Amino acid sequence: MSGFDVSVILGALPFLAKGLGLSLGLTAIAMIGGLALGLVIAIVRLSRFRVLATLAALYVNGFRAVPLILVIFWFYFLVPLLLGRPVGALYSVLIAFVMFEGAYYSEIIRAGLKSVRPGQWQAAQASGMSYLQAIRLVVLPQALRKMAPLMVTQGVVLFQDTSLVYVVSLHDFMTSASIVANTQNRIVELYVFAALVYFALCTAGSTLAQRLSSDRQRAH
Amino acid sequence: MNYAWNWGVLVQSPYLEWLGQGIAMTLAVSIAAWIIALGLGTLIGIVHSGASGMVRFATGSYINLFRNVPLLLQMFLWFFVVPELLPKAAGTWLKRDLPHPEVVTAIVALGLFTASRVAVQVAAGIASVPRGQSMAARASGFSTVQAYRLVLLPQAFRIVVPPLTSEFLTIFKNSSIALTIGVYELTAQTQKIQSFTYQGFEAFTAATVVYMTIALMVTTLMAIIERKTSIPGPTARG
Amino acid sequence: MRISAAGNPFPCNPRDSVNDMVEMIRIEGLSKSYGDVPVLRDCSLEVARGEVVVICGPSGSGKSTFVKCINGIELVQAGRIAIDGEDLPSKPAAAARIRARVGMVFQHFELYPHLTVLENICLAQIHVLKRSRDEAQEKARGLLRRVGLADKEAAYPSQLSGGQQQRIAIVRALAMDPVAMLFDEPTSALDPEMIGEVLAVMLELAREGMTMVVVTHEMGFAKAAADRVVFMDQGEIVEVAETARFFAEPASERARLFLSRILAH
Repeated sequence: MSGFDVSVILGALPFLAKGLGLSLGLTAIAMIGGLALGLVIAIVRLSRFRVLATLAALYVNGFRAVPLILVIFWFYFLVPLLLGRPVGALYSVLIAFVMFEGAYYSEIIRAGLKSVRPGQWQAAQASGMSYLQAIRLVVLPQALRKMAPLMVTQGVVLFQDTSLVYVVSLHDFMTSASIVANTQNRIVELYVFAALVYFALCTAGSTLAQRLSSDRQRAH
Repeated sequence: MNYAWNWGVLVQSPYLEWLGQGIAMTLAVSIAAWIIALGLGTLIGIVHSGASGMVRFATGSYINLFRNVPLLLQMFLWFFVVPELLPKAAGTWLKRDLPHPEVVTAIVALGLFTASRVAVQVAAGIASVPRGQSMAARASGFSTVQAYRLVLLPQAFRIVVPPLTSEFLTIFKNSSIALTIGVYELTAQTQKIQSFTYQGFEAFTAATVVYMTIALMVTTLMAIIERKTSIPGPTARG
Repeated sequence: MRISAAGNPFPCNPRDSVNDMVEMIRIEGLSKSYGDVPVLRDCSLEVARGEVVVICGPSGSGKSTFVKCINGIELVQAGRIAIDGEDLPSKPAAAARIRARVGMVFQHFELYPHLTVLENICLAQIHVLKRSRDEAQEKARGLLRRVGLADKEAAYPSQLSGGQQQRIAIVRALAMDPVAMLFDEPTSALDPEMIGEVLAVMLELAREGMTMVVVTHEMGFAKAAADRVVFMDQGEIVEVAETARFFAEPASERARLFLSRILAH
């Protein structure tokens, strides 16, 4: 090897930054969409509607049993077929990520809701609240505090998972780094740089999760 | 939806063989990586929970490093970057003479990555054994190693079985990432069938069913282990 | 047992003989089981308006489950419950309206830990009774004053003693203007020195004429406040008797045994 050439990285920074933007944007949308979907799934799974709860459980266990890459392939080919027209890889991937993350977030939310003492459900019920009121006013606010660190941790995992869009050639940070690495023939520089950026961002996220979790322990 | 289903594709030659080879490769990579992950991860987890100072910094660094870089990139680093950084002879051997370099790399990368996750679970399991148990063990005259072997680890093991089950399931799923360095495991084979036949959904369905079956079998097996090893009493049921 | 209402800080009518005739809670043939294990067997009970009924019995006798069935937070497999002449629907969602009219106090208080004392008392008033925030807070402050905790409205439950938390839980239930109050072992999670302050509030409520069903081991409270005592054992109502008679000469052997044990302490 012939020395570590930083100028390659500097020259490619705008292109790499655009890729990082896509990675972060994909993470944000998948997180928000996944949380919303996960909340609905969790509430349905804990509800009295047996059939719906079973369907929700099948959804969650199904998505959790299958690799994300396979899910990306599924939606990459399925979405255009369902819509009857090409929509581009980005939209297919967005849908795949939201549905996939929804399954994982629903498990975090469900565990959070279940961690609230049954007496709290009973107290809310006893005062005449409906199921949804009890969740919204009494159970979810308590559960959110417990879930926050896990949600951030899952966000870090999700950010790392966005690198898998490499398989459908979307130009996220990972793919952009790989493109520069191959076109400039500077594999070592680009992959080491990419690893450093991922490491820095994920460490920041993990640290935030740890702080949230120790804050919570101190509060009790 | 405008799609001509043809399930027959799945039992035609060579596609059936491709699927079979894919399943075999997924199982081989996952199980080999799991052996590395379980051995190394347990070791790092135990050392991390008992050590202090430089040793703890080292184990902590390992855990953080491998957890905070995407597995896909880790595979690339092992496959493309490490041979460049090694002395020339070793690098050449890795690139030229190592049989099935992509498979070996995938196993090592997946094993080392999962080891960091196993280490976290093992350390957490040890930490969750009540402090009084460690004091009681010391009070009855056990050495540190004895205290771990006879008192702490048997309890931590039971705590750690459910999270390790989920890590074991994850390793099968993560083995699919090996396709990015050219390992023809299950997902790669289905993608190959898609590009040869345009009957992708049949192949994806087959792969989905296989992954679900693996998940079901692992979960069932682990539930049996959990039941067999659980400590009687209301707290053991969790 | 009748106690003079003189000096009562709760400005309400004491019970009168006309109200004694009006039925507030009717329970008929209540049965419930967890899987194959029966917890309640054919339990029936009527409680008149303004009456105080104490339920006692050995642990595992089903008394806690029984009181939770009265407002439908435990589902029953058979039987009929009516509150103030209105049947409790078997569908939990439909039962919410009736539940709002019955106050409940739990063994472990179950104050909402993420809300202040004032917010705890206002939450169901605002979201179930649709009272305005001002109206709810006014109601809450008035009741807090009466139990001597007016200075605690901004505190969080975890900052209060068990006795204070339980008094606030009682206030939270009273703020809904309930037609009846259910108590599920309200003092058994308390340190001994705090039991008195909670029982005092309950005693005042009883004197005020509130209809009350109280599961408790506090036989002193039963003697002082209860009109009737229900003795339960193994999921059955074994005996229902006027308070004085229950303590003087319990009819059943099981109740005699229970009393001899509990009063021996």
